[in-house]
Amino acid sequence: MSQDVAVVIEHLGGKIADIVFEMLGTGRELATSTGGKLLAVAAGQGLAPLAKELGAADAVLLCQGAGLEPYTPDAHQQALAAVLTARAPRITLVGNTSIGMDLGAGLAAALGWPLVAYCRGARLEGGTLVATSQIYGGKLLAEAAVAGEHAIVSMLAGSSPAEAGRAAGASAVEEIAVPAGGPRRVRFRRLIQPAAGDVDITREGVLVSVGRGLQSKDNLPVVEELARALGGTVSASRPIVDQGWLPKTRQVGKSGMTVKPKLYVAVGISGAPEHLEGMRGAELIVAVNTDANAPIFTVAHYGVVGDLFDVLPPLTEKIKASA
Amino acid sequence: MDIVVPIKMVPDLVEELEIDSEGRDLDRSSLKLRISEWDEQAVEEALLLRDKHGARVTVIALDTGDVDETLFTCLAKGADRAIKLLGGEAAQGSSRATASVLAKALKGIPHDLVLTGVQAVDDRDGQVAVFLAEALGLPHVSVVSGVEPAGPNAVVARQEYAGGVMAEFEVDLPCVLGIQAAREAPRYAPVSRVRQAMKTLKLEAAAAAAPDAGAGSTVRRLAKPDAGGRAEILEGSPEEVAEKLYAILKGKGLVKS
Ligand SMILES: Cc1cc2nc3c(=O)[nH]c(=O)nc-3n(C[C@H](O)[C@H](O)[C@H](O)COP(=O)(O)OP(=O)(O)OC[C@H]3O[C@@H](n4cnc5c(N)ncnc54)[C@H](O)[C@@H]3O)c2cc1C
Repeated sequence: MSQDVAVVIEHLGGKIADIVFEMLGTGRELATSTGGKLLAVAAGQGLAPLAKELGAADAVLLCQGAGLEPYTPDAHQQALAAVLTARAPRITLVGNTSIGMDLGAGLAAALGWPLVAYCRGARLEGGTLVATSQIYGGKLLAEAAVAGEHAIVSMLAGSSPAEAGRAAGASAVEEIAVPAGGPRRVRFRRLIQPAAGDVDITREGVLVSVGRGLQSKDNLPVVEELARALGGTVSASRPIVDQGWLPKTRQVGKSGMTVKPKLYVAVGISGAPEHLEGMRGAELIVAVNTDANAPIFTVAHYGVVGDLFDVLPPLTEKIKASA
Repeated sequence: MDIVVPIKMVPDLVEELEIDSEGRDLDRSSLKLRISEWDEQAVEEALLLRDKHGARVTVIALDTGDVDETLFTCLAKGADRAIKLLGGEAAQGSSRATASVLAKALKGIPHDLVLTGVQAVDDRDGQVAVFLAEALGLPHVSVVSGVEPAGPNAVVARQEYAGGVMAEFEVDLPCVLGIQAAREAPRYAPVSRVRQAMKTLKLEAAAAAAPDAGAGSTVRRLAKPDAGGRAEILEGSPEEVAEKLYAILKGKGLVKS
């Protein structure tokens, strides 16, 4: 076993995912506690340019091969499992992303290491790894002590500032031989880009965002009218889009868009981590929710605990009357 | 094709979550449970595949309380079999343990395609879909919305990334897919049909095997997020709140004056 901390470098289409830089920051703190090195571990092909962005790590380990680009769950798991077995880091960080969900649990199972998922933070307490998971839709935090000599921790996006892990420059780069993989049971076919929408919510200054509290598509005018009065646009949480009430291009969050408007009004949105990931950077956040314990109030600047159907119409009227 | 859908009961987040006196778990005596919403999506995707291409759909759940009505609802929606695994409490609270129990049960249940929710609100040690695949030695893909057959021995699965980008994979059967969303909103089974199912159909029951894996970590403290950094709550009647909000927005130049 080593005292090193490894960060799995997620990348898509030649671009490193933002969460990687957050994890390099967290990883550096952990490595300082363990007294080990900070390793950046990437699988793919043509990774040399990416390695230049990973200056925050002490060493960059690259597993390269034709079968590793683009990403597939089984090929990447196999390659990364081989590196992690050889290096035996004390702690391995993966992002709680789509790819990280494949790899975190996949590597934990393949290596027989514990996994703590949905983490907001991790630290060492006298040699014991303590990780805090955000569960129950963000309503509760579970602080857990992790047994054993190795552990995988999957980190939520937005858990620490990305600046901490952004450093260009030369870390030692090591090429790792990739184990020969047999025929692959998961084969990449193509990447599908989203259809362009009527509006680009990432460019809007004011978003009135609606969630499942809306109850029915027929109630959309309540939020549309507020958006119109504010000169903004309606966006939504994922369930609204899944139900077909608004197009996918309006979705804010992990699997939707990341937005940073001047004003974000969250209406009937609980504030699950996957939603917060896409909007916590908004300049001013106002939340309207009947549940005083809704996690959205942990990121909002102003909150109204109440029924959106009572709260929105007088606000819309007030703004219209004053315009 | 045999499609198996493992489902799980989780606390309904609409209700207040109470923490027990030891501060390490939920107070389970007062919990209202519901099917995990992503499992509900997996059930729907299975039924859509069955409707379009023909398949046998088996829903399976650990009997961790209140599961009967949910399983009958699945039958009322059109699932062919519903199996409840008795005595699986030992696996509660760990996705890895749950997956190990399910993997043993699946040894005796034909499965070409296993669809289950990509995550659940009470997952703390990772996702059941991936652990189940690993325990069965099968390929897996997480965060899938949209599954289509690709010949007799494979399916096409779309994995979602940020910004609505998707990767399309061809995956050999048998496989396990962690479902994010079905292609259509989950169908609704009217109460009358669920009651009818309860009267005329039967749930199958089998003993849950002992889990041979666990989380490998122990919760020391379960707590609500700190009050620090919380929103300033505006009080008053809707009209008063509207005045206050208007003043705030005006102060920031976000509404015309
Ligand atoms: C891989 C993955 C990716 C995901 N990506 C995204 C994403 O991009 N974006 C996203 O949003 N989600 C995403 N999710 C889903 C996310 O986990 C939550 O399920 C979702 O954000 C919940 O949406 P919601 O807040 O609208 O619904 P709920 O969580 O059901 O919340 C509804 C809220 O409305 C309140 N409410 C009810 N009635 C009223 C009323 N009359 N007035 C005021 N308030 C009321 C309730 O108190 C509740 O807080 C993703 C999940 C996964 C697994």
